[in-house]
Amino acid sequence: MRLLIKNGHIIDPKNGVDEVRDLLIADGVILSAGKNLADEDAQVLDASGKIVAPGLIDLHVHFREPGYEYKEDIETGSKAAAKGGVTTVVCMPNTKPVIDNGALVQYVMNRGREIGLTNVLTCGCISKGQQSGELSEIGELKAAGAVGISDDGRPVLSPSLMKKALEYAQMFDMPILSHSEDLDLVDGGSMNEGYMSTYLGLRGIPKSAESVAVSRDVLLAEETGGRLHVCHVSTKNAIEAIRNAKKRGAKITAETAPHYFSLTDRACDGFNTNAKMNPPLRDDEDVQAVITALADGTIDAIATDHAPHHFDEKELEFDQALNGIVGLETSLGVGVTYLVKTGKLTLSQLIEKMSVNPASILGIDKGTLGEGKPADIVIFDCENPYKVCVHEFESKGKNSPYDGFELYGKVKTTILGGKIVYQED
Amino acid sequence: MKREVLEGSKKDNCLSGKSIITLFFENSTRTRLSFELASKYLGATAANIAASGSSVAKGETLIDTAKTIDQMAADVIIIRHSSSGAPHLISNYTNASIVNAGDGMNEHPTQALLDFMTMQEKKGGFQGLRVAIVGDVKHSRVARSNVYGLKKLGADVVLGGPATLMPADIEQLGVKAYTDIDRAIEGADVVMGLRIQLERQKKGLFPSVREYHKYFGINEERLKLAAPDAIVMHPGPVNRGVELSAAVIDGDRSVIGEQVTNGVCVRMAVLNLLAGK
Repeated sequence: MRLLIKNGHIIDPKNGVDEVRDLLIADGVILSAGKNLADEDAQVLDASGKIVAPGLIDLHVHFREPGYEYKEDIETGSKAAAKGGVTTVVCMPNTKPVIDNGALVQYVMNRGREIGLTNVLTCGCISKGQQSGELSEIGELKAAGAVGISDDGRPVLSPSLMKKALEYAQMFDMPILSHSEDLDLVDGGSMNEGYMSTYLGLRGIPKSAESVAVSRDVLLAEETGGRLHVCHVSTKNAIEAIRNAKKRGAKITAETAPHYFSLTDRACDGFNTNAKMNPPLRDDEDVQAVITALADGTIDAIATDHAPHHFDEKELEFDQALNGIVGLETSLGVGVTYLVKTGKLTLSQLIEKMSVNPASILGIDKGTLGEGKPADIVIFDCENPYKVCVHEFESKGKNSPYDGFELYGKVKTTILGGKIVYQED
Repeated sequence: MKREVLEGSKKDNCLSGKSIITLFFENSTRTRLSFELASKYLGATAANIAASGSSVAKGETLIDTAKTIDQMAADVIIIRHSSSGAPHLISNYTNASIVNAGDGMNEHPTQALLDFMTMQEKKGGFQGLRVAIVGDVKHSRVARSNVYGLKKLGADVVLGGPATLMPADIEQLGVKAYTDIDRAIEGADVVMGLRIQLERQKKGLFPSVREYHKYFGINEERLKLAAPDAIVMHPGPVNRGVELSAAVIDGDRSVIGEQVTNGVCVRMAVLNLLAGK
C-alpha cells in the first residue's frame, strides 16, 4: 500500500524540515519527501493548509488494562490515542495486578499490537507490587520489552530503594520514570495549597511535596549516574532542581503535562473534580515556570498522564474523587493553543516536546519523517479553532477540564506504520 | 422569630405540611438540635438521619442518599458533611432546598448568620466594627463564613492564631492575619474564639494545650487590649481553659449563651425563607 500526502506543511525537527512538501509512503515506511511528488499507484491525501508531523509519542498514559477495564482498556485507549494524533504510548504499570513481571509486559504489548491503532509500549514497576519494598525483576522486564520502570501513582518511599533502583536499572539501560512525591508533606491534601484551597476549604498540597521529592531523586540520579526521567513536573522549585542537576551533568530528563501550562488551581472553583489530579494544578507563577522550562529545554517532553476514570469516581465530594484527567484527545490542541498560538514555542519546538524528545528518551527510532523511517504521522489543522466536547471522546473517560474549550490544532489524520488509523469525518 | 422563641409561643404553623430532614455525617449536638427545634417551632415535620445509622454505612454514595431522601418529598435537606463542597454537590441532584450546616473546612453559613445577628443586637451595626477571630482558622468553616459575610457587611476582620493553624494566602480575602494574637485583639469590638480540635496536637500543629493557652488563649488580661465594651463570642462547644479561660467564658462580656438562642431564630428564618408559604 502506498500513500502520497500532498502539499502539507511538513514539520520534521529531527531533519530540520519546516516547509511545504509532499510525502510518499510505501510498505509502512517513508519513501521520500520532496516537491511535486507523483505516484500513480498511491492513495492521495490532500494536506493543503495542514501541518504534517511525526506522530506524537506520549510517555505517560494509563490504559487501565488489566484490572480496571471499566475505566479504559487498551482498545479504547488506543482509539483515543489515534484520534489525538498519538502513534506511540507508554502505559504506566499501576494496573490490577500491577505490571511487575515479564508476562504482563508481554500481555499489554501484544494487546496493543492486536488492536493496531497505536504503538503500545509499557513500563514495568520499580518495586514488586509497587510496594516500595524490593526491586522488581528489572532485567526480566527489559527482556520482555518494557521501555522503562515506574511506580507511577505512588512514589518510591525509601530513598535507599530509589538509589538501588537507579544503580541496578543502569545495567539494563532502563530509565526510571519517577513519580516524585513526598506523601508526608501531602498529608491528605486534595488540591494545591494556596489561596484557592483556603477559599474552597480544601486541604492543600504544598508545592514542597513535589520539589522536596524531585530534589531527592535528582541528587540520587547525580550520585549514581542513573537515568532519571521526572514525570509530570508542575512546580517552579522542582524545575529549578532539575535545571541545576542537568547543568551539573546528571542524566535527567523531565516531562510536564498540558494541564500544567494551561490551567491553574482556579479551575477547581465550584469543587470541579475534573480539575483534580496529582500533582495538583498550581498557580500562575508555576505555570509561567513550566512554560519557561519548556522553552529553555529544562523540560524535555510533554506527556498527558492520561488518567481515565469512571463517572461515578469523579461525581463525588471533591476530597473523595479520584485523581486524574484524560488527555490523549486534547494534548495537541492544548499545546498548539497555549504554547504556539501564544508565541511561547514554535510549532517545531512543540513537535520536539511531543515526539522527537520522547523518542530519544525511550531510545526508539521514531519521532522523525526521515526516509526509511516508520511512517507514523499526524496531520492537523492549526488555522481553524474547534470546540472540545468530551462526549465525542473515544476514551471511556470523559473526565476532562477542557470540555467546551475552544482549541486550535485539530487532528485530521493519523497514520501508523503507513496505515490510516484515524481520519476525521 | 426571636420574640416567638423568647415569649414561649413556640408553635407557628408557617411550615406546616413541610418536611425537613437533617442529614448529618458528623457528630453535632447543638447545630442539629437547633435546626430540629427551628423546624418544629415552625410546624414542619422534622426527621433526622445520622450517617452511621443509614445506608451510608453500607457504602451508598452521598448523591444516592440525597436522591433517596429527595424522593420522599423532602422540602429541605439540611446537611453536615466532613467534605468541603458536599452540599454544593447534592444540590445538583435534588428538588429539595439544601441548607449547609457545615461542610468540611469550607463554610458554616447559618453559624455566621447567628453571629451577625448577635453582633447586630449588641453593636448596632457593622460599619467600622472591628472583629477579631482567634484560634484554629485553618480548619474553621466558621471563620471562613464569618470572613465572607463580615467583609460584605462592611466590618474590619482581623485573624489571630498560630502559623501552623493559619491557612495559606488568607489575607487575599481582605483580612489581616496575626500570629501575635495581642495584635489581633487590640481595639477589637468583637473577640471571637474558635474551637481547637484537640487531635490537632497529635498531628504536630501545636505542641501542647498548655502552650496553646499561654500564647493563643483568650484570658481576662488579653481582653483588656480589646475595646472597653468588647463582646466575646464562641461557636461552641468550648474547651474551657484552652481557647478561652473559664473567667472569660462565664464573664459579663460573654454572649455565648445568646448566640445559641439566636441560632434557633436564624435557622427558623432560613427555613421560612426557603420553604415558607
